[in-house]
Amino acid sequence: MKNKELLKVTGLSKSFGGVKAVNNVSFTLYEGESIGVIGPNGSGKSTLINLITGFIKPDSGTVIYKGRNITGIAPNRAVNLGIARSFQMVRPFYNMEAYKNLIIPLYSPRVKKQLQGGNFGDRDEIAIQLLEDVGFERESQIPYKLTGSLPHGYLKRLELARCLCLEPDLVVLDELFSGMSMSEVASTVPILERILQEGRDMIMIEHRIRELFRIVNKVICLNFGKKIAEGTPEEVMNTKEVKEAYLGSEGESIA
Amino acid sequence: MKAGYRKERIDRGIKARADDIFAISSYREILYLTGPRILAVLALLIYPLLTDVTGAYWQTVAFIACIIALLTLSWNFLFSVGLVSLGQAYFFGVGAYFTGFFDRTIGLPPLYSIPLATVAGAILCTIIIYPVLRLRGIYFALITFALPLFLMRIIEATGYLGGTEGISGLQRLPGITFSLYVTVVIVLAVTFIFLRLFDTDYGLVLRAIHDNDMSVLAGGLNVQLYKAQAVFIAAMPATFAGALMTLHYRIVGMPAFAVEYSILPLTAAVVGGTGTFAGGVLGAFILVPFSELLRAFGTLRIVMYGIMLLFFVVGLPEGIYRFAQRKYFQFERIVPLEEKADEK
Repeated sequence: MKNKELLKVTGLSKSFGGVKAVNNVSFTLYEGESIGVIGPNGSGKSTLINLITGFIKPDSGTVIYKGRNITGIAPNRAVNLGIARSFQMVRPFYNMEAYKNLIIPLYSPRVKKQLQGGNFGDRDEIAIQLLEDVGFERESQIPYKLTGSLPHGYLKRLELARCLCLEPDLVVLDELFSGMSMSEVASTVPILERILQEGRDMIMIEHRIRELFRIVNKVICLNFGKKIAEGTPEEVMNTKEVKEAYLGSEGESIA
Repeated sequence: MKAGYRKERIDRGIKARADDIFAISSYREILYLTGPRILAVLALLIYPLLTDVTGAYWQTVAFIACIIALLTLSWNFLFSVGLVSLGQAYFFGVGAYFTGFFDRTIGLPPLYSIPLATVAGAILCTIIIYPVLRLRGIYFALITFALPLFLMRIIEATGYLGGTEGISGLQRLPGITFSLYVTVVIVLAVTFIFLRLFDTDYGLVLRAIHDNDMSVLAGGLNVQLYKAQAVFIAAMPATFAGALMTLHYRIVGMPAFAVEYSILPLTAAVVGGTGTFAGGVLGAFILVPFSELLRAFGTLRIVMYGIMLLFFVVGLPEGIYRFAQRKYFQFERIVPLEEKADEK
């Protein structure tokens, strides 16, 4: 028997001018599941996430989250319902110390409500703790450095930490691993596994298939805005359309 | 500089970990840190008492400088939240007209009409500007540039609030020393409050909107709401400036929306360093007396302004304040370049 539906996306579409970036995509995320979204460049993966998290309003289709229609909701309200996202292109606050970046999400209504009566008082302290969780060495200078001076791998993990600040129920990661070194990826995978074990669900866009398949238990493949495959990682990789999307079609299909 | 030498810059050893945490070990270091601030505050507090030495003219110049300083503080606050304003005259004029209105129609004494005009003006400014708050950068700047002109024409066309003649014969304030002292105290207080505010977590959120508003949205905060709050807070020094100026000259008219009140704070902010509150005040106190000295040149004054702006934008984009701060906190010395052979 399946768990409760956490997120149900039905017939989601969005076009930019003549380009159908996302075309009639539907899928369902059950509680306790994690979904990976793969697809060639420009296949609409990021747009799909932007539609779900409210950064772009869809042309048609619905997004149901915890039984509630959140189609076209304001991004900040989506966050306060428990959907936290990271950006593919990092968007930190460059003019602050790294740990100060986390004060902003910690200031959100969601966290304020949850932390009331808890043993968290000092936001600076929680921020440093969270940074330590994603691999900022606590005793070093790194959390106190100006964000603009940090290497890209740290900025990516800062994005992750910003999601974790919000105590989300659904974590949406947009190509977290892109731009990370092999060792950074290797050290980030356990963090993601731990997030899943804490009972949070996850939607991950990723190009690093091997790491992705270690984390998620269901995969959606997009191509030209359309969903061309859905299922377990093995099923999806053996689908003809997916192979064609990635490797190009063979002779007979052209003819 | 001689070949083979380079300039070395070293931070003085009183900063620990971050820019705002100091490790102080002696009274001299405390003096070193607080000295410039105390001097500036003392100078501002003593100057209004020196009427006999300076003459009333230079007291009035200082008063105008304070008014521009308040507008610059307001500009810097908006800038720190990512809102570039080209229309400080909008806030100034609204504050001015509210005072005139309260004074003429209700007959409120200055003690009440000034604070009331400050708050009511700030509220009205925020309400008018709220719909365009989602605009960013140059688009927002254009709207703010148009707003004072827009209000000015409304008053001209409808003849309401005195129309082209304005409202004159308002109640009298005790005199220039009083006006100057009030503005000086307010300038100092506003600078202090703004600096403190930006150190709190709330201020951090405002700074974050300047850096990247999408990220703030992703952090679960209503950017629009925070921007509106920022406009309200930033409007208050400007509406206060308008209110005080109105009562000081006992007249309010369409010149309250003059472009001068938009351009001078902007220039002062650039000269002092955009985004620095103390720098903006410094800029105003440099710019206003400077422009008075240039009065002899007549219209050529504007050319001088242009040259000055050009110099600061190109030559010293960080502004006087940040430049001076950097020099003050660093040792500089000439050291020989290491020989290539040594590196191996």
